[in-house]
Amino acid sequence: MKLPLWFHRLGSPPTFYAFAARLQPWCYGLAAALAVYGLYAGLVLAPPDYQQGDSFRIIYVHVPAAWMSMAVFVFMAVAAFVALVWRMKLAETLVLTAAPTGAAFTLITLVTGSIWGRPMWGTWWDWDPRLTSELVLFFLYLGVIALAQAFEDRRAGRRAACLLALVGVVNVPVVHFAVTWWNSLHQGPTVRMFGESSIHPSMLWPLLAMAVASKLYFAGSLFARTRVALLEQEAGSAWVRRELEARGHV
Amino acid sequence: MSEFLAMGGYGAYVWSAYAVTAVVLAWDASAPLRQRRALRRRQPRRPPPTPNNPTTTP
Repeated sequence: MKLPLWFHRLGSPPTFYAFAARLQPWCYGLAAALAVYGLYAGLVLAPPDYQQGDSFRIIYVHVPAAWMSMAVFVFMAVAAFVALVWRMKLAETLVLTAAPTGAAFTLITLVTGSIWGRPMWGTWWDWDPRLTSELVLFFLYLGVIALAQAFEDRRAGRRAACLLALVGVVNVPVVHFAVTWWNSLHQGPTVRMFGESSIHPSMLWPLLAMAVASKLYFAGSLFARTRVALLEQEAGSAWVRRELEARGHV
Repeated sequence: MSEFLAMGGYGAYVWSAYAVTAVVLAWDASAPLRQRRALRRRQPRRPPPTPNNPTTTP
């Protein structure tokens, strides 16, 4: 029964703070290394697409960001479930510290997709199921962030934000399956978890590297934000005072 | 090099997509650093330790 005890301890702010501080540089460092490889292999080594030419290279930022825009919301929904059912305060904090990075990835998805759509589809935007549901996802992120600050009682606001994260997650499968369920301007999936991907390995490997890099970046960013949030929540306690006085430590 | 930057005629699209990504991620990565600095500024200063009172922990 060592694991549950370890997990239980991780819920305590100073323990999580130290745990996050140790992992954070590794997450950022590995993400940077993978991104260097992914960008070099994707922008330089991979050949141009036979239909889309070099414009396809936007895939290396657009697709990992799109995957993360959905993955972060699912993460938030799971954390919100834990926060609402077991009243775990750290889970509540994680919902709110994950949201800005999720919103950032969603914004990147929308903007780079729009930039890609202009030369390929001849339009910056279309009210197509995939594009529209991704825009709704962006507003859901903003809603979670705004709701947490909309209540005078801080705890009530955070619980409302958790509730929205939990309910809003129904939009994630809509985004994911939009290209399958409806006739969409957006192209169908080319990378499949099961079965053969319709993309050449020389284009696929850099994409997978960028996808793992984006996940590690999210973890690093989540740790960084959660640490600051814990310092704020626990302001006045001895460990926070010690931490804030330690100079040159980020 | 200029051929690489031209991206087969799609240079403006490809590089602006990468630039947007870089700017948004830079904002996201710097936000916790800014918050931490603001938090430290709000923290009341305590007098430096003296020989009589080496620790100022209350």
